[in-house]
Amino acid sequence: MAKRSFLIPGVDKRLLIKDAIKTMPDFTRRRFIAGGASLGALTLLTGCDVVDSSSADTLLAQVSKFNDAVQAFIFNPDALAPTFPESAITKPFPFNAYYDLDDAPDVDGKDWKLEVRGLVDNKKSWTLDELYKLPQVTQITRHICVEGWSAIGSWTGTPLRDFLKLIGADTRAKYVWFQCADKDGYNSPLDMRSALHPQTQMTFKYANEILPRAYGFPMKIRVPTKLGFKNPKYVVSMEVTNDYKGGYWEDQGYNSFSGS
Amino acid sequence: MSSLTVTDEQVSATPAKMIQPAWVRVMHWINALAMILMILSGWQIYNASPLFGFSFPREYTLGGWLGGGLLWHFAAMWLLMINGLAYLVTGIATGRFRKKLLPITPSGVLHDVRAALTFKLGHDDLTVYNYVQRLLYAGIIVVGVLIVLSGLGMWKPVQLYYLVMLFGDYPTARYVHFFCMAAICAFLVIHVLLALLVPKSLRAMIIGR
Repeated sequence: MAKRSFLIPGVDKRLLIKDAIKTMPDFTRRRFIAGGASLGALTLLTGCDVVDSSSADTLLAQVSKFNDAVQAFIFNPDALAPTFPESAITKPFPFNAYYDLDDAPDVDGKDWKLEVRGLVDNKKSWTLDELYKLPQVTQITRHICVEGWSAIGSWTGTPLRDFLKLIGADTRAKYVWFQCADKDGYNSPLDMRSALHPQTQMTFKYANEILPRAYGFPMKIRVPTKLGFKNPKYVVSMEVTNDYKGGYWEDQGYNSFSGS
Repeated sequence: MSSLTVTDEQVSATPAKMIQPAWVRVMHWINALAMILMILSGWQIYNASPLFGFSFPREYTLGGWLGGGLLWHFAAMWLLMINGLAYLVTGIATGRFRKKLLPITPSGVLHDVRAALTFKLGHDDLTVYNYVQRLLYAGIIVVGVLIVLSGLGMWKPVQLYYLVMLFGDYPTARYVHFFCMAAICAFLVIHVLLALLVPKSLRAMIIGR
């Protein structure tokens, strides 16, 4: 017999709680029991009626939000994605989108301007020539797609955190929200800590050449600590914001944090 | 009245031996549910970018599409990991692993495989695992650990970089994850088949005796 500890001398704690639960009204009881099991939401999986798809969907969405929090918690802003030698680059680097290359946005670099909005001091728009003048770095990292495949590529551009500093962005804000030239209005939120990660980059070149249309001309946001769909291409604007504005894939159910 | 007395005597004379303690049974069935959810949603994810020249039939996948499969996979993983961790800790702490699964000797395994193939392997005492069972049960625990580690590595290849390193690189971890799944499916087929062939073992996993 295991040794029991007594809160009140002579009274078994566990039996006391059991009796107390019995006296509770039904609703309170359920909440009490759910609250006692701190991972109650997860164990609910076992009891959930899978046939009732809407309740399963709600639960899955809640777990996905919980997973966002877990990922934000274990995200180490100093942990760098592995870098590779040039010999490791995947050739050809795959074009990937929910449309064919022929339907990819065909942006005219001369007319294009990067619009800057939200919680920033300087909201001026940036031409491509102005952006090209910013200091650039090259990094060879692995792009990992939500589908599971991966490819190693070489991206050159300006660290996003340097640009955010330059425009006087409020880096205490929660997100940088990107909008793209895709005809369906691709967009994606990036949490600020990932936006400030040293490897997160405003990319203007692939393999030392001006970013081709296939890879997001004129500008892509390369985030080696995120899955591919959170690396927006054909970016036309960025907004520093505290509001969660959703994203093209995020709204359809891909986990929003989707960090590596 | 006399019949009652007889029954009482019989009960006390031959108390049914507890074969599977409650914690084993509870964790076994939670694991069974979690594994099935993980496998079916995992097949959905595999289909988005197959490693080999085949896809899993849609009707055996969970989630409806990649996004749905991922939601299931990353929800059921908590069930699998928490339950699995509790199982490992309890199995080691209670000495159950040591008592039930060890030793595993090559000669013992060979002997019992031969006996099994000639249908001479006895199942009189379900509290003692034969060498084939020991090898399979210990082996599937190792596979279970590997599939979780490779899965975590693929989920967080930057934050848990050392896990990816353990398997070489990200693509290798993906293959390890796949082959562990294949091993678990093969185990599942044999395991279910044998449980049906020796129904009292199934009963023991449900009611304990």
